[in-house]
Amino acid sequence: MIGSLSGSLGRIGQVALFQLQLLKACGPALLRPRLVVHQVYNCGARSLVIIMLCGLFVGMVLGLQGYDLLARFGSESALGVAATLGLLKELGPVVTALLFAGRAGTALTSEIGLMRATDQLTAMQMMAVDPMRRVVAPRFLGGVIAMPLLAAVFNVIGIFGAQLVGVTLMGVDKGTFWSQMQNSVELRDVNEGVVKSLAFGVICSLLAVYEGFNTTPTAEGVGLATTRTVVVSSVMTLLVDYMLTAAFLKV
Amino acid sequence: MSANRSLEVGTGLFVLLGFAALGFLTTQLPGGKLGFADNSASFHVTARFDNVGDLKSGAPVTMAGVKVGRVTGVTFDSRDYKAVVALAIDKQYNHIPDDSWANIETAGLLGAKYVGIDAGGSETYLADKGQIDNTQSAMVIEKLVNKLFAAFASKPETPKP
Repeated sequence: MIGSLSGSLGRIGQVALFQLQLLKACGPALLRPRLVVHQVYNCGARSLVIIMLCGLFVGMVLGLQGYDLLARFGSESALGVAATLGLLKELGPVVTALLFAGRAGTALTSEIGLMRATDQLTAMQMMAVDPMRRVVAPRFLGGVIAMPLLAAVFNVIGIFGAQLVGVTLMGVDKGTFWSQMQNSVELRDVNEGVVKSLAFGVICSLLAVYEGFNTTPTAEGVGLATTRTVVVSSVMTLLVDYMLTAAFLKV
Repeated sequence: MSANRSLEVGTGLFVLLGFAALGFLTTQLPGGKLGFADNSASFHVTARFDNVGDLKSGAPVTMAGVKVGRVTGVTFDSRDYKAVVALAIDKQYNHIPDDSWANIETAGLLGAKYVGIDAGGSETYLADKGQIDNTQSAMVIEKLVNKLFAAFASKPETPKP
């Protein structure tokens, strides 16, 4: 009991120390933007299709469920507001983060983990190349840059998905859908989503590179690290989401 | 090198798309003017109301429950303290008598406000830049409840037999 407690406490400390090291390496990494661009492509551009597809479906489901619920109170005209706020504040950032952990986080972990298992990272150190700067920091930065952009694309596609179902299928008036939305959504709501997606980007990318960098250098170790990335990233995303929501509602 | 180039172009496109999405979210959703409405050929008339409730630009205009047009603007006239509502009515409905009534109505109990037109009996019809003179304001629930309570309060107690 005491042992496992100190073990998990030690893990938290390790992640925090790793974060500090990583931040120190981020400055020099930004001086070589080509590496970061490569990682933005890997994490962002290659996740785009799955993000758009999921955004469309989540938006369509919101349109359907929202219509069904609101129609009971005879206020279908609020469908645009309901779907948009749901997407902007919660579903957009959270679902994007979960997909990001599954699609990009696992790729980062297994890539770095395999480098560790095949001693590539050690070889770099032998050649006086700091793997933190050359390998880890660009991947972290790429993930942090890509995540808010992916969430924004998810939101826009989701809103049009909700419109597709709500207006075209269910017959809510198009002008009402948009004018009610534009009158009720505030810039603050959009900002909340952007702040959340940035925070989730940091969490998912950090955990992914941490697990990869500190993996047990065996085939089994890389597999375990990849699994842990998805599990821990997802749980942390949902936990931090609750805390951020509470913080935003207080303001 | 060419593979590297296409990678950079792909990244650029992705970042551009992301920022375009962010721009859409920040500028078009809060108080955006983009209508996304079907702008079929229509003619424009105005109607002046004492009170429009929370009628919004983009709300439908209906006759006998069928949509015939759309509200394109709600402004306040500081000279006679009335709300001026601009309506765009589809070209095909050009046989609306000019003494018709324009009412602010509510979809359901809690729904959004829209404009309903009741046909009048005049031989002349509404045309572009015309004005609807007969209007009926929005029913404001709070005022109605107040009136109801006032009516109850002023009623003398009837002694029970």
